[in-house]
Parts: sequence; C-alpha cells; structure tokens
Amino acid sequence: MIVLQCGFRFALHAGLKMRNFMTETRSTFYTKKRDPGAAWTPARGFRDAIPIFLGYFAVAFSLGIVAGNAGFNAFQGFILSLTNLSSSGQYAGLLLYSENAGYIELALMVLVANARYLLMSFAISQKISPADGIGRRLVYAFGLTDELFGLGIMTPGYLRFPYMLAALCTAAPGWALGTAFGVIVGDILPDIFSEAMNVAIFGMFLAIVIPPGKKNRLILAAVVSSFAVSLICSYAPVISGFSSGTRVLILTLIIASFFAFFFPVKNAPQSQKDSGSEDRKEDTAQ
Amino acid sequence: MKQNIYLYILVMFAVTYAIRVLPITLLRKPITNRFIRSFLYYVPYITLSLMTFPAIVQATSEPLYGLLAFIAGVLLAWFSGNLFLVELGCCLVVLILNILF
Repeated sequence: MIVLQCGFRFALHAGLKMRNFMTETRSTFYTKKRDPGAAWTPARGFRDAIPIFLGYFAVAFSLGIVAGNAGFNAFQGFILSLTNLSSSGQYAGLLLYSENAGYIELALMVLVANARYLLMSFAISQKISPADGIGRRLVYAFGLTDELFGLGIMTPGYLRFPYMLAALCTAAPGWALGTAFGVIVGDILPDIFSEAMNVAIFGMFLAIVIPPGKKNRLILAAVVSSFAVSLICSYAPVISGFSSGTRVLILTLIIASFFAFFFPVKNAPQSQKDSGSEDRKEDTAQ
Repeated sequence: MKQNIYLYILVMFAVTYAIRVLPITLLRKPITNRFIRSFLYYVPYITLSLMTFPAIVQATSEPLYGLLAFIAGVLLAWFSGNLFLVELGCCLVVLILNILF
C-alpha cells in the first residue's frame, strides 16, 4: 500500500528512530560478535508495526466507505482487505464491481493497478536468505506492502522471519478492521455526511500523487496529463462510452507507455517511498 | 445479474498475490529492461490520477462541490503533504457547501 507514505511517515520515523536508538544502546552493550539481526525479535516486530496498524486503520476507513457504496457489507469488506492488502488495487476492484464488470477485466485492472509490487517483490527477494524455504517466502509475499517493505529493508542482513511475521500479523488487522468500520459507519451516517465522506478516498489519492510530483517534474507531468486526459476521455466520443474501469485500464497502459518510452527513469526505485524524495537517504543516514 | 462478491474478492486476491509472490519464489532475477522498469514506476501515479479526476466531481450531488474539493485537495497535498489533512480538507469542503447551500 502506498497510502501511508505521507501521513504516517512521521509515525514510522519516530518508531524507527526509537528502534535505531535501542539498537545502538544494545550494540554498545553487547559485544560486536553478536548477530546484527538477532535483536529483530517478534516482540520488536509487534512494536514497530503498531504505528502501521493505526495508520492502516484510519486510511482503510475511507476505503470502507467506498466498499459500502459498492454494495459490500462489513464482513465482505473485512475479507477483501485482509486478503488483498492494497489500496489502489482494491479501489480499482470496487470501482469495477459497482460497474458489474467481468472477471477478466477485473483481473487485468488489478494487475495494472498493483503491477508496481513486482518491482518491490524483486527488491525484497534480495533480502531473503537462501535458507528460507517456500513456506516463508509465501508469507513474505503476502505481507509485501510499502510500509512492511520499509520495515524489512531496515533489517540488517537477511529478513528475520519471526520479526516480519509479527509485524504482518500486527499491521494487517488494522487494514481489515478499518475497512469493516468504514462500511459500518458509511451505512449509518446521515446522507449529508456520507456524501462528504465519498470524496475522502480521492483526497487520499491526491495525497499520494501530489507530494512526489512536487519533488519530481516527470511525476508531476504524468499526474497532470492523467487528469487532463481522463477529463477529455470522459466526454470524448467512443471512449466515454466505456465504463470508467475500462477507461482507467486503457489510459494507464497508454500514458505509462508514453512516459516510459520518452522519459525513461535511470534507476527506477523499488518502492513508492523512494520515488522523488530524500526520505530514504534520511533513513539510512540515521 | 450482479457479479458474485466472493468470486470478485478471490480474483483480486489471486492476481495481487501472484504479482507479489512470483518474483520472490520463481522468477528471482530482477527486471533489467529499462522500459518495463520505467513503466512500472509511472503506473501507480497515473492510475491513481485517472481514478481521481473527474471521478471526484461526479461523487458529489453538485459537480461544483466536487471540483472545489478537488482543488482544495490538490492545494493541501502540495503545501502540506499530510494525508489526513488532505482527506479532511476534501470532506469538509463538501460538508460545508452542503450545509450552506
């Protein structure tokens, strides 16, 4: 999920700072021979993931509003979020559901909306010990979100399975519960409030795409041209006749190909967190 | 006829999980193709932007309210970058306009 990069960067930073501090105090206490990853215990995974839990809960709330509008009940929203753990992919799926699209179109749309996890998965596979078997790899893959990826990357050496599992089990319920809560609240709110809540998810998307655009002109160009093309195509003949899900799918492929062809990125970062910001440097510098 | 919600969830899960699991288990070799890397780099920004506008304008009873929420969201995201502030700002714009008019 890319949603938390703005709102919870602070919380994550605070958590990581505290963790770094504790690591330092520990490493001065113990001798240097100790395994640097040994301190990454399940208890620490739980502790590091608490800010993520809170962030997920709050952000998934607006996704729950969308799910409720699409016709999902709280339980279905809970299951959807627990199994998918992705904001844009889930939103795209809900959009298609409300338009009653077919399963092939759904699969294609989710593939495109979540394609960026491919890069992240390749990146994290470098951090997985060759000794970790298929079972552990299946779990690592399940929890591959921006925030948990961030925790994993901070681990010295290879990923620690107990640490990552504890972090996943702490953070994921926040996402699922937040969604269910959003569905319930969306149902009982008076119309005047629920109409206002309808735009929350778009605020979330803007908070994801605009700040990186401020730092990187190519991203800004991609964002602004997407707004423009999207507006034109919702009124243009032929393409405006497609469902908005199909339109998003086709336009994403065209615009992303255009930018990738004419403005290729030298070292495309693996995580959304890397893109166009100096935060990673700050993190590693600490 | 409406599609089955649980089948929908299953398809979404299968696709999302396949994307995450294949590089870790089977493929293992990183993507070196510059076009594909760049493509994957741009995709999230483009998809989210396409899904945001003009959908936000169509999400409110009065299109103008949605448009104003969009402008408020862009400005807040640009100047503060805080996710909650942006979400709250968008919602408040629509709420206040609905109460006033």
